[in-house]
This record gives sequence, structure tokens and C-alpha cells, in this order.
Amino acid sequence: MDPLLELLIQDAKLTNAELGEQLGLEEGEVCARIAGWEKDGTILGYQAVVDPEKAGNHGVTSVIDVKITPERDGGFDRLAERIAKFDQVSSCFLMSGGYDLAVIVEGVDLRDVARFVAEKLATLEGVISTTTHFQLKVYKLNGFLARGGDQAERLPVTP
Amino acid sequence: MSLSDKLSQQVSQVPRSGIRDFFELVQGRDDVISLGVGEPDFATPWHIREAVIYSLGQGKTSYTSNLGLPSLREAIGEHVRNEFGVGYDAESEIIVTVGVSEALDLAFRALLNPGDEVVYHEPCYVSYSPSIVMAYGKAVPVATRAKNRFALMAADVEAALTDRTKVLVLNFPTNPTGGVMSETELAKVAKLCIERDLIVVSDEIYSELRYAPERAHPTIIQQPGMRERTVFLHGFSKAFAMTGFRLGYACAPAELTEAMMKIHQYSMLCAPISSQVAAIEALENGAASVEKMRLAYERRRSMVLHRLETMGIPCYAPGGTFYVFPDIRGTGLTSREFAVKLLEEENVAVVPGDAFGPSGEGFVRCCFGANPDDLKVAMERMSAFVDRTC
Repeated sequence: MDPLLELLIQDAKLTNAELGEQLGLEEGEVCARIAGWEKDGTILGYQAVVDPEKAGNHGVTSVIDVKITPERDGGFDRLAERIAKFDQVSSCFLMSGGYDLAVIVEGVDLRDVARFVAEKLATLEGVISTTTHFQLKVYKLNGFLARGGDQAERLPVTP
Repeated sequence: MSLSDKLSQQVSQVPRSGIRDFFELVQGRDDVISLGVGEPDFATPWHIREAVIYSLGQGKTSYTSNLGLPSLREAIGEHVRNEFGVGYDAESEIIVTVGVSEALDLAFRALLNPGDEVVYHEPCYVSYSPSIVMAYGKAVPVATRAKNRFALMAADVEAALTDRTKVLVLNFPTNPTGGVMSETELAKVAKLCIERDLIVVSDEIYSELRYAPERAHPTIIQQPGMRERTVFLHGFSKAFAMTGFRLGYACAPAELTEAMMKIHQYSMLCAPISSQVAAIEALENGAASVEKMRLAYERRRSMVLHRLETMGIPCYAPGGTFYVFPDIRGTGLTSREFAVKLLEEENVAVVPGDAFGPSGEGFVRCCFGANPDDLKVAMERMSAFVDRTC
């Protein structure tokens, strides 16, 4: 992967000047490359990674295993894309193994998610079955430990 | 009763460490951003720590063979063969030690008779000269210069040789300069060592931490005729962020390894088994962690060099290590004055260059293995300090 993209994935808050400084690139070059990725869809967006508990978000997150019937033209894509478009769906993946789609659904409470599954997801033509798992506690999110990393004490001056 | 006349002369003649003096100045101050450390800001990769926790659960708490766990020596042999292209026999040519520091001490004590001279390049890691002196050798420094990328020039070595010279110490990439040697420069030094029948003790602790455009690390053991006259020292502290594990190793021809083992078995017995377990995990599964940290250092290095350039402070772009060694002579301050004033006025700690030998005067060592946010603030403070001072 491009080192600039790798660095952005680690920390999207860095300014173009800071990114350039760390990679030995001119600020203008950084700006142009990022604009290119934003335009061609390589960069899908920017987000803060937030611990929901600390943020006071009492909503629920669920992982739903979905079995669907592939279509003769297009396989799983048409139905998967249709599911992904719902606002409640934060992520959607085609999976190998015992089911086809892993759908991450955010809701205000259990009933909200249940209603979405019962009324929207399960009723779609081609959906064979759903299994819903509710997330109970976050330990690590997008590479960040919820209780912080390792802060070792170090001597201030060592050889 | 005064004990001073009871102390060993060898120990008494070793001066107090300049680093320790400066440490005492820094200690006790609040909110200091320290670029004065000689270690990574990363904790040891989790998979390595986890392997140690598991081994403790399994009851692995015993002594090991004096030379170190056979499986670790096998892994070290394989690592050195793969990374440096030189083979060592795990049964007779590899010894696991408590850090490279112990390995260095073993090498000097195994090789030196009173009065034997040891040539080393300076500025350098603080323990070379004292370790030589405490092994009854005579320490002979040879200065390296920024204009030569702090590489060691064969002609300078030659000028320092006498009939008593027995050993040449190399440490590339170098703490504190980040200096590196090209293959051509190494070849000249190797030729000289063979001509003058010298043994080389090569401390390669920073060898993984090399930066673009020269990522490859040439070592003296790759030079024809050098494997048989070199003690190759390496360890886990820097690249694997395992400083507190205190684990290093020496690779050398069997006769020399056996001599080092004699000292090690009576003074240390063996390196701690938990650290040896950690080292096995590091060698077997740690390459990705090392590369991730190396990349982080490379980015911080680039940032620090850019900031120093903006300040108008000349600085050699280090080919390796996680140190920059900027030339602060333009400020009109000595390295100690610069470090003390920077600490007092801006609460940023750097190490005065003369702590690494007199030829380090006019420079300071800044570790860019620090947290990137701290590093940024430290550079801003240093910039304000330089603006005021110059």
C-alpha cells in the first residue's frame, strides 16, 4: 500500500504539511494525491474512533449472519448492495463459511434492531435466514484498545 | 574509614558517566519532554510478552545451559544466516548474554591482557571505553566526522594503531550519531585488520533500524577473512523494543566463544530463561512488528530532520538508529550549555554530545524513538529556544 495512505489510515488528523514532513513529500503533492483518492473512491471517508461507553452512546450494535440466495446474474452483489444501503447498516461483508453476509447493524435499542431485522432484512426476497448477535462490550475498535495502550514508565535519560 | 584507597585502581580510574550527571539534572523536574532516552517508546510487542506469560504458566523458571537454550541458539544461527549471510554453529559459536553490554564485557575480558590497546570510534556508546579499561586494556579513541557520515575511515584507524593494538571495536549504525559504513569503507577497514592481525568486536545492535535510501546493512563479518577474526554482537533491545529483557548474544569462532563462556558461566551462569523465551518468539514471529516500528521511526526521523533544517541547525541524516546528532556549534553554546539551557528554559531533555566522548562536543543527541506528539512539541520548543539564542 502507498505509505501516505498507510499513514492516513493510522492517523487521519495529521495535516497535509505534517504528512509531507513525515514522508519527505511536498505539501502540494500530499494534497493532490489525497484529492485523487477521494475522487476515485479509494478513500471512502474519515471518522473518529470513539469508545461508545465513554461517549454515552447507549445504542446497540449487532452482527447479523445472513444467508441469501445468489442470483444467476451478479451472484450476491445486487442483494448485498441493497442491504448495505439501509442507514442502520454500518458495515456489510460477503463471508466464506456457514453463511453469506455479515451485516453490522446499529440501533437505538434491542427492539429497534429487532424491528429492522424482522421488517426490512428478513423480508427481502432472496434472504433465507438471519442470526442476530448483540455486541456486549467493546475491548478493541479499529485497532485501538478501549482501555488505552501500554504506558510504560521510562527513565528520562539513558545511554 | 576511607574506602577510596581500597578500591580497585581499574575501577577508580573510570570517570563518572556524563549521562548519569545529566540524568540527575533532569530527574525531579516535572513535565519534561525527554529526547534523552536510548530506547524505543514502544512497549515490547504483545505476542512476545504473551509468550513469556505462557512460559511462566508452564513453569519455565529454571536455569538454562550456560550458552543459552539450544532452541534459541538455533534460532539465532538461522537469523544471522538469513539476515547477514554468515553461518555460525549453534553448539559452539553462539553464546546468549545479558544484553550486548555483557557480551561486550565478555569479549574484552576474553581477549585483553594488561596494556593491550583497543581502538574504537568516537562519539560512541558510553560503555566502550570503561569496559576496555575495566578489562585492563588501553582505550584508544578515533574520531568520526559528520562530513564522512560519521563512518570510520581506515586511514584514521591506521594512524591510531601501535604494536600493542589487539582489537578494533565497531558499532554501525552508531549510537549516538546514526553513522553507517558502506561496503567499500568496511572493505578498507577489513583489509587493514587482516594486515595488522586485529580482532574486531562489532556491536550490531541497531542493524535492523536502517532507513531509505540505504536500507541494506553491510557488516564486517561479510568481508572475506573477517568471520574468523570477529566477535559479532547483537541483541533484542532496540529493534524488538525489548530493552528491559536484557538479552543479547555473541557469535564468534569456537575458541573465542569458549573463552567468553568461561567468564559468563562463573559470573552470570546464564541469561534469564524468561528473556530467552521472549527472544525465541521475537525471532520466530517478530519480523512484522520490527518493520512496523522501523517505519514509524523512519517517519519521525523525516519530521525531525525537516524541523532541524527549518531551525537552521545542521544535521547529518542518520542512516540508522533512532538518534539524530545535530551540530549546535552555530548557537555559540557548548553541547552541555545547550542541553542545560534547553532543559531549564524549555523543559526539553537532550543529551550533550560530549557524554559520548570529547569528539561529541558541539553536538547533542536527540532520540526520535519518542512519542510523535511529544516529539512535535519538543521540536517547537527547541525552535523557540534556538530563535532566542542565535
